[in-house]
Amino acid sequence: MALSQQSGILQQGASEERGENARMASFVGAVAVADLVKSTLGPKGMDKILQSMGRGQEVTITNDGATILKSIYVDNPAAKVLVDISKVQDDEVGDGTTSVVVFAGELLREAELLVNQKVHPMTIIAGYREACDCARSVLESISFNNQSDPALFRADLLNIAKTTLSSKILTVDKEHFANLAVDAILRLKGNGNLEAIHIIKKTGGTLQESFLDEGFILDKKIGVGQPKRIEDARILVANTPMDTDKIKIYGARVRVDSMAKVADIEAAEKEKMREKVRKIIDHGINCFINRQLIYNLPEEMFADAGVMAIEHADFDGIERLALVLGGEIVSTFDNPDTVKLGHCKLIEEIMIGEDRLIHFSGVALGEACTIVLRGASTHILDEAERSLHDALCVLKETVADARVVFGGGWPEIRMAKAVEELASRTPGKKALAMEAFARALRALPATICDNAGLDSAEIVANLKAAHGAEADSRMGVDVVRGEAGDMAVLGIYESFRVRQQVLLSGTEAAEIILRVDDIIKCAPRKRG
Amino acid sequence: MSLAFDEYGRPFIILREQERKSRVKGIEAVKASIMAAKTVARTLRSSLGPKGMDKMLQSPDGDVTITNDGATILEMMEVENQIGKLMVELSKSQDHEIGDGTTGVVVLAGALLEHAESLLDMGMHPLRIAEGYELACKVATENLDNIKTRFEFSREDIEPLVKTCMTTLSSKVVGRLKRPMAEICVKAVLAVADLERRDVNLDLIKVEGKVGGKMEDTRLVEGIVIDKEFSHPQMPKELRDVKVAILTCPFEPPKPKTKHKVDIDTVEKFEALREAERTYFTDMVQRCKDSGAQLVICQWGFDDEANHLLMHQNLPAVRWVGGVEIELLAMATGARIVPRFQELTADKLGFAGSVKELGFGTTKDKMLVIEGCPNLKAVTIFVRGGNRMVLDEIKRSLHDAICVARNLVRDNAIVYGGGAAEISCALAVEEAADKVTGVEHYAMRAFSDALQAVPLALAENSGLPPIESLTAVKKRQLQESNPYLGIDCNDTGTNDMREQNVFETVIGKKQQLFLATQVCKMILKIDDVIKPSDFE
Repeated sequence: MALSQQSGILQQGASEERGENARMASFVGAVAVADLVKSTLGPKGMDKILQSMGRGQEVTITNDGATILKSIYVDNPAAKVLVDISKVQDDEVGDGTTSVVVFAGELLREAELLVNQKVHPMTIIAGYREACDCARSVLESISFNNQSDPALFRADLLNIAKTTLSSKILTVDKEHFANLAVDAILRLKGNGNLEAIHIIKKTGGTLQESFLDEGFILDKKIGVGQPKRIEDARILVANTPMDTDKIKIYGARVRVDSMAKVADIEAAEKEKMREKVRKIIDHGINCFINRQLIYNLPEEMFADAGVMAIEHADFDGIERLALVLGGEIVSTFDNPDTVKLGHCKLIEEIMIGEDRLIHFSGVALGEACTIVLRGASTHILDEAERSLHDALCVLKETVADARVVFGGGWPEIRMAKAVEELASRTPGKKALAMEAFARALRALPATICDNAGLDSAEIVANLKAAHGAEADSRMGVDVVRGEAGDMAVLGIYESFRVRQQVLLSGTEAAEIILRVDDIIKCAPRKRG
Repeated sequence: MSLAFDEYGRPFIILREQERKSRVKGIEAVKASIMAAKTVARTLRSSLGPKGMDKMLQSPDGDVTITNDGATILEMMEVENQIGKLMVELSKSQDHEIGDGTTGVVVLAGALLEHAESLLDMGMHPLRIAEGYELACKVATENLDNIKTRFEFSREDIEPLVKTCMTTLSSKVVGRLKRPMAEICVKAVLAVADLERRDVNLDLIKVEGKVGGKMEDTRLVEGIVIDKEFSHPQMPKELRDVKVAILTCPFEPPKPKTKHKVDIDTVEKFEALREAERTYFTDMVQRCKDSGAQLVICQWGFDDEANHLLMHQNLPAVRWVGGVEIELLAMATGARIVPRFQELTADKLGFAGSVKELGFGTTKDKMLVIEGCPNLKAVTIFVRGGNRMVLDEIKRSLHDAICVARNLVRDNAIVYGGGAAEISCALAVEEAADKVTGVEHYAMRAFSDALQAVPLALAENSGLPPIESLTAVKKRQLQESNPYLGIDCNDTGTNDMREQNVFETVIGKKQQLFLATQVCKMILKIDDVIKPSDFE
């Protein structure tokens, strides 16, 4: 550092850290980030309050690792790597965002000790890689698959959802929400499009009152004086201006020389709109949904014709509706015979709390559904939505790859055991790194215990002994009773994909940071 | 010095504001330059080789890049010193010319300068050192020609090429997936390679990336990928064997460039205008349909009504496609770019084997993949990665691997890596030096020493005892006169680089030597540095 500044290679304000210093800086940064989210891990994890810097000082309360890390501003480059890793985990599998950061942090903590013992980082990486391969194959071998049996598979899914939700705010009603989530996912029939699950948040009521609706709920109003309930609806989904149908030919303008003519033109304009409405009604519909505004005149005409008209459904809403109802999005209305209309059994206005919403039931494509979340405040609702999203993501992954493992630190203990055995057979300094890897794996169940206020050393040691005594023991951390317990009995299951991703991403992140021996920070851009 | 006198004895200033400028002269200047160059080289030194460490670079905006690609590191370091910039240029030119060995060339130049410094201390003139270096460089390159071997492969037997690319990729982020990645690279290069002329146009390989997904999802598209989707959400997502019309006119009412006004003063005119507007849209779509097109690609936007009509007529369409992509598409599909609906005829249509809209993961991004075009020459490597950082690093790694494959296609003469070539050259130069009298003798010896800096750094980075490893290999090379022995970086237990499959192209190696020597000479020739002192 001193050298480069002497010779003035870099710009003013830039800095360079080399070798030990650089490594130290990245270790410190990464471990700090890991420690930051560490306390949120597990069913007894704590929440964080995040206050935004922007206007309004918005407050978010969460224990979702990815959300926390997304919101904090970190300056340390190594910390940024961990933040990125947790984002990837979120995008990929949706859950385990905290675990992956904690795991990477533990790996780095162990690596720091090894570096201090004069083990070359490359040797550590080589050891970690081999240990990771070993752990991965163990994880694969201990996973089990119940996809062939729908009842068992459903039970698995339910357990996974419960495990995921148990670390979140929804833990009180986890039974209820796990059922909600599993029902919603199974309705997708293996198609992994979470878009089709629509989550509506309405304050008021309690979380327990949240429900899954098989139909589709649109948060819009029905026009005045129009039927509020339609059975056997034929629906036209459109994207067309229904305010004034402006002339699109460039440069056209209206220039008249008398008031009478103004009236004429106005009449013609109205006539044009009338004709348009007539054409729309001629499709034989009794419900018309438009992406754009519907003005009073056409609204009145629709009301006269007994057609329900819904205006200003935004673009996503329209696309989803078209998907759900099976109609096409229409913009011209000249050939009614060929347009595909949407259908549903019943449209009605329903009340949730204070708000009126439009409810479509008996839709053609049963794949979409809506989950209505109720809760005391927007913070709770936001957090509930995040938790539910996590659960849905995990379930989606599990439907795609049906392998499951037990939770509660069970896979980590098993992997650690195998890695340690490998280490005892491996010659050279790599073995040290492998042992460190095993310790880092055990740190996950230990953290779960710590967060629950339990004696982590005692419980993890008991677990280790249990697994040592019996090759296929099913013991894991039972946070409720504060001891080692049988995971199969407790019903703590996790998705194989999530665990695998935690293992791979965590190792990868640690490797990326370990490989760095030089940090160059450019001078910050001058801001006007 | 900065003050001179004209013929009337009046002083005038040559260099203004002397106190605001700093200036070094003579041997001091040379030493300062060497110092700067050495600093840059030292930064890169630990990134050399398969076990090279990465550098973490934070840009002025706070984005983090982690890489061990020499050219990228230097580019992002934002070096301010002029001599430092020379080194950056050096690595860039190696990158442009060869695409690989960007770190090696800087390390070599740094070592050459370091040894020049001690020669300067002995009182040698900088230019004599430079001349000695040139002489030695000649000897070394001749030696490279002597030890080079041929690398055999063919279009059918791509295995050797894949192995080479794997060697390049093993040190990078994609190490986990080196096999599939290497295959992608080799296939891409061979797809666009002209084996007759031994030429590869890298412009035809587009490396596109999109954040999200897994590295495993990276794939080679034998066609074109555009970041667009079909204009109407309900158009078919996959098309086969379609005729493509490429339009550069919008599906909108005409907008003549001449300023005009259409005055409407009667109800009849209003009605007529409305009618005209409606027929205009139906006409446009009908024309496309009549020409026989099954897919419309348009540079401009669509009106809602036109969009629906297109959907209704079963005519999938893509809007807002950029100019460059339009041209690429026209080339690949063989379509003519049509600027007016009136000119659209059947013979101006192109053809595509398959057009697919791909969705990605939970995010809603969509892209169009157009494959099976008749004039296939262009390929796209579509890279996926968890975040921008990884994505960029994958792109850089693939670029390196592609360059290696390209170089082998161009010229399949190779030398073995792992420092083997450097050691062999060092030995040759040492031998030649003994036959030279005069100052150059020392310069050549210094050159030979500098060459050994590369295997030294390799051994050091791999966690091996550097001096022991180097001397052992050197001794064996001398005894067995086997130029294929190098440093065993991967700890495989053999020093024979033929077995380890570690090699580099002769052009790449030669380029390294030439460039490093040239830069060295250039720096040694500087004897006066004038620069404004730092801004206050």
